[in-house]
Amino acid sequence: MSLLALKDVRVHFNTAAGVVRAVSGVSLDLAVGETLGLVGESGCGKSTLGKAIMKLVPVAAGEIVVEGTNIAPLQGAALSEMRRKVQMIFQDPYGSLNPRSTVGRSISQPMVLAGWTQGAIDERLETLLGWVGLPSDARQRYPHEFSGGQRQRIGIARALALSPKLIICDEPVSALDVSVRAQVINLLEDLKSQFGVSYLFISHDLSVVEHIADRVAVMYLGTLVEVGARDQIWRNPQHPYTKALLAAAPIANPKLARARQRTVLQGELPSPLNPPAGCPFHSRCPIAQDRCKEERPVLRPVASGAQAACHFV
Amino acid sequence: MAALPLEVRDLRTTLFTRRGEMKAVDGLSLSVGAGETVALVGESGCGKSLSALSIMRLLPDPPARIVGGSVKLNGRDIVPLPEDGMLDIRGKEIGMIFQDPMSSLNPVATVEKQIVEVLMTHTELGRGQARVRAHELLELVGMPDAARRLDAYPHQLSGGMCQRVVIAMAIACSPSVLIADEPTTALDVTVQAQVLSLLKKLQADAGMAMIFITHDLGVVAETADRVVVMYAGRKVEEATVDDLFEAPLHPYTAGLIGATPTPGAERAARLADIPGMVPPLNALPRGCAFAPRCPKVMERCRSERPALTVPAPGRLVACFAAEAG
Repeated sequence: MSLLALKDVRVHFNTAAGVVRAVSGVSLDLAVGETLGLVGESGCGKSTLGKAIMKLVPVAAGEIVVEGTNIAPLQGAALSEMRRKVQMIFQDPYGSLNPRSTVGRSISQPMVLAGWTQGAIDERLETLLGWVGLPSDARQRYPHEFSGGQRQRIGIARALALSPKLIICDEPVSALDVSVRAQVINLLEDLKSQFGVSYLFISHDLSVVEHIADRVAVMYLGTLVEVGARDQIWRNPQHPYTKALLAAAPIANPKLARARQRTVLQGELPSPLNPPAGCPFHSRCPIAQDRCKEERPVLRPVASGAQAACHFV
Repeated sequence: MAALPLEVRDLRTTLFTRRGEMKAVDGLSLSVGAGETVALVGESGCGKSLSALSIMRLLPDPPARIVGGSVKLNGRDIVPLPEDGMLDIRGKEIGMIFQDPMSSLNPVATVEKQIVEVLMTHTELGRGQARVRAHELLELVGMPDAARRLDAYPHQLSGGMCQRVVIAMAIACSPSVLIADEPTTALDVTVQAQVLSLLKKLQADAGMAMIFITHDLGVVAETADRVVVMYAGRKVEEATVDDLFEAPLHPYTAGLIGATPTPGAERAARLADIPGMVPPLNALPRGCAFAPRCPKVMERCRSERPALTVPAPGRLVACFAAEAG
């Protein structure tokens, strides 16, 4: 049984300009102990999908199955119970901490809601701060007294409080400097090997995802265009969008950077208010044909062993 | 020999604040030749943006003041110039591109009006000619559907398109020096690739000298000829891009490279992180500013500040451990 199974999940937002189909039919599995990278450019719906799994945005249709239970229809106490299994950390650690609460209080909040005794909470706090590498006097201090990297550690400690099975990491290192980013990535990997927690790692930074993910899902305009093992995606990308994305990612090695052939993808992401008919990528695709304008391709197994949604791979 | 487009000598900018004086730029020297790209690299707070703003003389006084050094633009020192003199130079001899294109543009003026204004301020062109030139510039920076975008307001354009408008304005008067401060940081990766290849092409065509400020070593590897690494307001290493990535001499440079995952490389078990963080400018350690985080720290580093030395032709490094080999 997979830890998380998404079945045709859809998220729609009603706006003054019309309905935005931010997530339009995503199916995805995540195994126990796995790190699944979710990549794509801004506006592709990757963060919305993460929030939908936490039920922080209304799910229009589809199933979100956590350890065999579909949480999409759940509400109230039943939902709170399930939420302990899935926690989330955010891009901006300052924005996700209450500036007027001490760090100890912020980290304790999930345990208070779960009805823990003060003694148990105090003990757990000590442990959590140790795990994420913060001094134990951090609990009496306020978020503004900490650097960006330390605040992200506070967010991670809070996410770990109730021993979740899955942590959704929404651009957790994008706001951090490179040396601090490496510290936080290493911490996430250590916690995974220590506790067997799984990650859905949402990021636009392909080099970070390549480093941390076991499997990768590539998202474009609300749909998945390719899903596969890390090496399948990086060494043998199939979907033209995946190829373009990898070709665009800067390589921190001048010789490799000069040596590679890069075709720069033209144009920009179409508006999700008015997505192209047929394949969502056809308006920018170098190999698009007439069929792509009418018929929307579905994810299917391709030669590399991955799954891709393209008529011509 | 003709003067270099940009030659900065021992530039010192100090911030005078209630909490004391902070040396934001502490003796920076660098030069950029025609058609050359020099990347200025470092983490937040290392002084790279303040260096660029000092060169452009865009820092507000108070609190910031250039207290020493020279900035020679095509052979002429612009540090002593009054603000009036700088107005003639900015946008004409030095172009600048900032990180957030939305906030570099006037939200209540059309694209055409903003480009025309630059042209009419710095050139002899009349309004009609300037409008024709504005259209040409938009075509040159690869704006899709350029004729129609002339009448657009910034909010009607995407981030990538706004950055193209900013680039069009920056190169409108064919400056000899272009300073780009994190020009692609706010953009998506496919749009970043478009903007980087555009900048390279424009630079090659016009032979501009470019200073490229970024924290992203991937972008450095893709764009730079030479690299200047800054830490706590000072240059700690300078080398050609190939030398720097092949054999970084300063432990901070080596740390930055180790902390950056390289796609396509074999997966390392762990990223090499640098412990701690960049110290605030008002609490710099006495010796080498990097000493508290340095894996190669020696007794001497904690009391004495290393000066820049020349370990090999074309290379500079400020580190006692590197000197010792």
